[in-house]
Amino acid sequence: MFEDSALATVLLAMFAGAIRVSTPFLFVSLGETLTEKSGRINLGLEGTLVFGAMSGYAISYHTGSPWLGVLVAGLCGSCFGALHGYLCKLPKVNDIAIGIALMLFGTGLAFFFGKAYIQPQAPRLPSISFGFWTDMPALRQALEINPLFLLGIVLAFVLWWGLKNTRWGLTVRTTGDSAPAALALGINVNQVRLLSTMVGGFFAGVGGSFLSLYYPGSWTEGLSSGQGLMAVALVIFARWNPLYCFLAALLFGAAGALGPALQSIGISRGYHFFNAAPYIMTLLIMIASTSPKRSLKGAPGELSITK
Amino acid sequence: MSKFELNRRSLLKSSAAGLLGLSAAGLPRLASAAGLTAGIVYVGPRDDFGWNQAHAVAAAALKEVPGVTVVEEENVPETIAVQKSMESMINLDGAELIFATSFGYYKPFVLDLAAKYPDVQFRHAAPLWTDADPKNAGSYFGYLDQAHYIDGVAAGLSTTTNKLGFVAAKPIGTVLRNINSFLLGAKKVNPDATVQVIFTGEWSMPVREAEAANALVDAGCDVLTCHVDGPKVVIETAESRGIKCCGHNASQAPLAPKGFITGAEYKWATIYKMFANDLAEGKTLPNFTGGGFDVDFVQSTPYGAGASEAAIAAADAARADVKAGKPIFTGPINKQDGTPLLAAGASLDNYDPSLDQTDYLIEGVVGSIT
Repeated sequence: MFEDSALATVLLAMFAGAIRVSTPFLFVSLGETLTEKSGRINLGLEGTLVFGAMSGYAISYHTGSPWLGVLVAGLCGSCFGALHGYLCKLPKVNDIAIGIALMLFGTGLAFFFGKAYIQPQAPRLPSISFGFWTDMPALRQALEINPLFLLGIVLAFVLWWGLKNTRWGLTVRTTGDSAPAALALGINVNQVRLLSTMVGGFFAGVGGSFLSLYYPGSWTEGLSSGQGLMAVALVIFARWNPLYCFLAALLFGAAGALGPALQSIGISRGYHFFNAAPYIMTLLIMIASTSPKRSLKGAPGELSITK
Repeated sequence: MSKFELNRRSLLKSSAAGLLGLSAAGLPRLASAAGLTAGIVYVGPRDDFGWNQAHAVAAAALKEVPGVTVVEEENVPETIAVQKSMESMINLDGAELIFATSFGYYKPFVLDLAAKYPDVQFRHAAPLWTDADPKNAGSYFGYLDQAHYIDGVAAGLSTTTNKLGFVAAKPIGTVLRNINSFLLGAKKVNPDATVQVIFTGEWSMPVREAEAANALVDAGCDVLTCHVDGPKVVIETAESRGIKCCGHNASQAPLAPKGFITGAEYKWATIYKMFANDLAEGKTLPNFTGGGFDVDFVQSTPYGAGASEAAIAAADAARADVKAGKPIFTGPINKQDGTPLLAAGASLDNYDPSLDQTDYLIEGVVGSIT
């Protein structure tokens, strides 16, 4: 009986963790998918995420409206995206190097402006209770779902459908797979990439605002601890498919909850190992799914890492 | 070698003095002759709701002392950067007393500068000074486990599930000692109480701290406390889950208007003011200063809305006992694996050196070090 309830506790905690922790991963990876589909890599999303967290928190504090904070975080993200898109348009500029520069720039700028917002408490985003049917407090808590998570699911489907079935999706994919072909079709390659990076930046900014405005729900300098970078890796792991991005984000969230959950039921030996679960998992899946004989399936042809 | 090193601030200072022919009164070094200038270096932001804030609060109190000027610098990493910060405080601002508030500042940075500037007093916030070190350097430290013990007493009377939660960063001596004392406090008033620990493995990792806090609540804990650099996330998570909490390092009372019981806080202001007074009177500063409630180096955060009357009464009584020197570690106490630590009737003094080397959790703590 004890075994059952302990197992149930861990599974429930992983389920709850998947819902709570996955949203920033989801938004950043969806944004990065779009950017990479257009043929560029934006490694700067870690900086965008942190700056989005800071700006969202600041706006929410000053205006009292967390949703306005989310919007501003997204707009700030677009600005970073635009900067990346513009710089990469210049001749002989490497998008990965620019991304790293923007990552440091975004983080530093967020720390600089964020100094004044460590102490004050800003209004947080509300959650929707889906747990009204159960008496279990843990399950009830797990089913406190933030609207941004639901929005992220919708976005994943829209992006998946849109990339496949719309004219815009075709344009983005053509640009990403072969710039010469896109040019021959009369597509403005740089403009498509600029817009894709801007939209990608918007998503990452929104993901950041989730961190500071919902979970864990406050602005501190250590807030992101590398989640933006992990989300970029997650895109490769999800094979540039928005639906897989969603599943991968859930998996990462659940794996992250594993360490604390096991300790809470008393399995505490080797917690360093369990805390590292998300990273170990990524490594294993990467190893299992790559092949030396072919390039990554689904990879956009123009990406500098696959060329 | 180091004689010929020029740092930017000393260069600017001497060239400015030479070029502009500043009057002697304009130079900080002479201006400070009337009073004392103290320099304080922090490793993180001054308003982190934690370790650095505790020092910054004391710095603010020190500024109130007439004749004392305080210069501060935050976010100084534990690298050669701290040496430059301290040197410019000495050369440019005329600091005669330096507080280096982070563990890693001591070796080699404080030691090197203490040898280089024998007229300046250096004090470092961890018990590291030994007789072999320069006499103008020293250590000051507060025994926070005494305050965690008081938290435990209040928490033991606030729980209905008898399960207390503790989010800890790393299993090092100070952290383990705080966990043990917290449990001993709870057990004193509530023999059925247990403490469940989750180690996050990092000093600052907000998402994992929130996950750990949630996991503890889901496991049935109804009072949370923590030992991480910035307790903000843990306290806010406890409040949003509707349970009670105890603070750590600085006051987190404003973060939990409903569930805050009390908290374990340093009171560095006592030490800072004491040093300033000693210097003003021309006395030699002690090389090693440490203590708890008895010398007013630690304090409990004023009770919040989460503290019941019974908890307040018991915590006040326990604090008076500790202040009077009554030991926290009173047998019988077993270690987690069942081996005895103290037999019935035996006890350890609150400043017993063996407690500084704590590498075990005691029976009643759920969780493991490795």
